[in-house]
Amino acid sequence: MKRTLFYIFATLLVLVWLMPFVITAFTSLKSMDELMLGRRWWEPPKEVRLENYATAWNDANMGRYFLNTFIITVPSVLGALFLSSLGAFALAWYDFKLSKTILMIFVGGMLIPFQMLLIPVYRMSMSFGIYDSYIGVILFHIAFQLGFCTFFLRNFMKTIPESIFDAAMIDGAGHFLIYRRIVLPLVVPAMAALGILEFTWIWNDYLWSLILIQSDRFKPVTLGLVNLQGQWVTSWNVMAAGSIIAAVVPLVVFLLFQRYFIEGLTVGSVKG
Amino acid sequence: MSNDYLGLEETMKSRRWVPWAFLALPLTMYSIWVIYPLISTLLLSFTNWDGVSMSMEIIGLDNFRELFRDPYFIVSLVNNIKWLIGFALICVPAGLGIAILLDQGFRGNKVYKTLIYLPMTLSFVVIGQIWSWILEPRSGVLNSFLALLGFKGVSWLSDPSIVTYSLIMAASWRQISYAMVLFLAGLKGVPKELVEAATVDGAGPWKRFWNVVLPMLKPATIVAVTVSVIDSLRAFDIVYVLTRGGPFYSSSVMANYMYIKTFNNYRMGYGSSIATVQFLITLVFIVVYMRNVLKREVENE
Repeated sequence: MKRTLFYIFATLLVLVWLMPFVITAFTSLKSMDELMLGRRWWEPPKEVRLENYATAWNDANMGRYFLNTFIITVPSVLGALFLSSLGAFALAWYDFKLSKTILMIFVGGMLIPFQMLLIPVYRMSMSFGIYDSYIGVILFHIAFQLGFCTFFLRNFMKTIPESIFDAAMIDGAGHFLIYRRIVLPLVVPAMAALGILEFTWIWNDYLWSLILIQSDRFKPVTLGLVNLQGQWVTSWNVMAAGSIIAAVVPLVVFLLFQRYFIEGLTVGSVKG
Repeated sequence: MSNDYLGLEETMKSRRWVPWAFLALPLTMYSIWVIYPLISTLLLSFTNWDGVSMSMEIIGLDNFRELFRDPYFIVSLVNNIKWLIGFALICVPAGLGIAILLDQGFRGNKVYKTLIYLPMTLSFVVIGQIWSWILEPRSGVLNSFLALLGFKGVSWLSDPSIVTYSLIMAASWRQISYAMVLFLAGLKGVPKELVEAATVDGAGPWKRFWNVVLPMLKPATIVAVTVSVIDSLRAFDIVYVLTRGGPFYSSSVMANYMYIKTFNNYRMGYGSSIATVQFLITLVFIVVYMRNVLKREVENE
C-alpha cells in the first residue's frame, strides 16, 4: 500500500517536473502549422520535423555558438583546475599565518554578487586589449572559479595523510616534486569531479559573455540563444531546437557523471 | 638543535616562502580579476563617473541618498526580497519534502532522483527560453491548459502585479532541485538506527521527522537556506532573458537594475552604488555561510 502510494506520487511528481522538458522536446520536432493549430503543447508531434534542428544549427548560427562555447569552456576549466591545485597545495600542506585568511577570501569570493565585479572587469579587459575575444572571458572564468576550486581541492588534499609528505621530505624530494609526483596523482579523482562541475557552470555562463563579448563570431551558445529571440521569436520550433542544442552537452555530462557532479556540489555543505 | 638528524629544521625554515611560491600565480589572478574589482566598485560608488569621460568627482554618499529616493531601485529591492522569501521559504522546504519522499528506500528511487535533478544542469538562459513559451499569454502552455479546463488565461509576464512571481516560479524549478541535492546528501548522514529506535519507541512519522530527522539536517538546512538566499540576491539571467525587468521595471531586481544603469545609461558611479548595496546585503549571508561551513571544515582538521 505504502509502496503503491510512493510510486504513484513520485511518478506524478516527475511527470509534472519534467513537463517543461518534454514540451520543449516535442516543440522542437513539430512544424509551425501543427503548433499554431492545436495549441496542444503536451501532445507528441504527429510528424517529426528534424529540419528544425538543421535550421537552428545552420541558419540561426547555433553551430558556431556551440563551437565557441567549447573554445571558451575547455581552457577555462583546465586553467582553473591547474592554478587552484597549486593554491590548494599551499593552503593544505603548509602552516603559515595568512593561510586561513586566504582560504576565506577564496570562499567568500565565490559567493559575492557578480555585479560587484562587472564594471572594473569590463574596464580592465578594455585596457588590456582583451575585450571582445575568447581570452578575455577565459581569463576571467579561470580567476573567478579559483575560489570554489581552491576550496574544493584544499579540502580533498587535507585528507591525504601527512606521513606521505614527511616521508618524501626525508627522501629529499623538493616541494614542487612532492606536489607534482605525490599529491597531484592522488587528487586526480577529485579534479575530475571538480572539472565536471566547473564544465557545466562555465558552459552555462551568460552574464560574463554578455559583458565581455560583442562580436557574433565569439559568442557562446547562451548568448546566441538569446540572440535568436530577435529573428526567430515567432518560430517556436526553431527556438526550442536551439534550446535543446544549448542544453544537451551539460545534460549528457550530468547523466554520465552524476555521482561526481552531486559529490562536487555538496562539498563542504553537509560535512560535520 | 643538535638532534635534528634529518635536517627538518632547515626545511621548516625554507617552508616559509614555499607556500607563497605556489600561491603566486593563483593569487595574482584572483587579485586582478576579483579582489581589485571588488574594491574598485566600492570606491566607484562614491563617484559620479559616467564611464566615458576622463574625470570624475567624488560625491560622497550622494549616490546612496539618490538610491533610496529612486522608485525603480526600491521596486528592485522589494522584488529581491520577494525572491529571497520565495527561495528560502518555498524552494528550501519543497526541496526537503522531495528529498524525504525520494529517500524512502523503494526500488528505482535513483532514477526518480536523477530526473528531478535535471533542471539543475540547465543554464538560466535555457530555462528562461523554456518558460517563455510556458508563460506566453495567447497560446502558451499554461494558458492553453487553463483554457482546456475552462479558465481565463493569465498575463504571466505582462501584468506588473504578477510578473515577479512568474519569474520566481521559473527559477524555482532549478532552485528546488538544488535544495533537494543538499538535503539528500544530508539525509545520508542520518543513522537509520536512530529512526528505527524512534519507531520502536512509538513515534509516528511526523514526530520522527520533527524530533529525529530534522535536527540531524540542521547543517544541510543552514547551507540550503544561505545559498538560496545568496542566489536570490544575485538573480539576473532569468530576469534579463524573460523580461529585462519590465514591464516598466515591475519585475526588476537589483542585479538587473544595476546592469541597465551601468551599461545602458552609462552611470557607472550610480551602478556601483547599486552593486554595493546588493553586496552589503549579501555579505550578511556570506558571513553566516562561512561561519557554518568554513569553521566546521577547519575545526575538523
